Amino acid sequence: MRRGAIVLVVGLLGIVFATIVFNYSERASLPSLAEAYVDLVPRELGAPNVITGILLTYRAFDTLGEVAVLFMVAASIGLLLGARDAERGEAPENDKAEATTSTEIVRNGSDILVPLIAIFAAYIVMHGHLGPGGGFQGGAVMASCVLLLVLAKPEFRVKLARLSAIESLAGLLIVLVGIAGIVLAGGFLDNRILPLGEFGAFFSAGAIPILSVLLGAKVGCELSVIIERFRA
Amino acid sequence: MTISTIVLATGLMLILIGVWGMLTHRDILRIIIGFSLMGTGSHIVIIAIGYVANGTAPIIDAGLSLADASSRSVDPIPSALAVTAIVIGFAVTSVMLAYAIRLYEAKKTFSIDTFTDSKW
Repeated sequence: MRRGAIVLVVGLLGIVFATIVFNYSERASLPSLAEAYVDLVPRELGAPNVITGILLTYRAFDTLGEVAVLFMVAASIGLLLGARDAERGEAPENDKAEATTSTEIVRNGSDILVPLIAIFAAYIVMHGHLGPGGGFQGGAVMASCVLLLVLAKPEFRVKLARLSAIESLAGLLIVLVGIAGIVLAGGFLDNRILPLGEFGAFFSAGAIPILSVLLGAKVGCELSVIIERFRA
Repeated sequence: MTISTIVLATGLMLILIGVWGMLTHRDILRIIIGFSLMGTGSHIVIIAIGYVANGTAPIIDAGLSLADASSRSVDPIPSALAVTAIVIGFAVTSVMLAYAIRLYEAKKTFSIDTFTDSKW
């Protein structure tokens, strides 16, 4: 009975999807909104990467909301799993001793890899306006660094208070940059509060690199907090 | 058959596999994996429908001059949406995993058949 219902649901969905695929034809040209973005981002914002221009200026308010969602998730996971950690903190730490230390290969490998990953993350964050990358992506790579440390070194502890402080500071600065956009340029989170600079140069595209760095710090801290909460 | 059709079909197939996995399995972790598969499939679908024939990434560099950007680049809006979707998918997955840990601590099992007591 249940199996039949599942087959029916999946089968009907499959029929819908098959119609989509068979009636799909590849687009030959950009729709007008996309064309406007591709035209406007390099000309108006001075950012070669159109997607970053959309994410950090035209749709920056959405990005701010997204970061707020991440913050809420970090907070709710703290609520769900933090109480558990507090209970366990009072109990004698007998399962801590059982946590096996990783082998020498893993420990030394992580020692070599962690700085490289951190540099790569900084590169991704800083080149968000020039090539593929940006705050979210770089922040996620930065958090993978923390994940590697957590996996390779059981005694490694993330300093939750410090991460929260950095994260709040970054969030505050993002909003301040946004308000500076209202005062000095066209609107909230407008990137033209700073000179656009030479197109394609490292220091260019107004406030976009600054927003990228702040976003990278915020996302990296939030993801690291989430990783730390999930530690057994 | 064009490249974006193949990508679209792959994404939709992943969604189907995810839905099937979520419906057939009774283990909470497997349901979460099914959900993640579905999310990944929808990201691929979003990217596939933004493809423009013979397009390249909408980044102005040596490979794409400013003049022919609007004729040779793919739609940047789905790519921007996919970033959002990935972040929200990550957020939802981590909250689900946190709940799974709490449920496991309550009943020492991941099977959803065990959780039959009234909700409130």
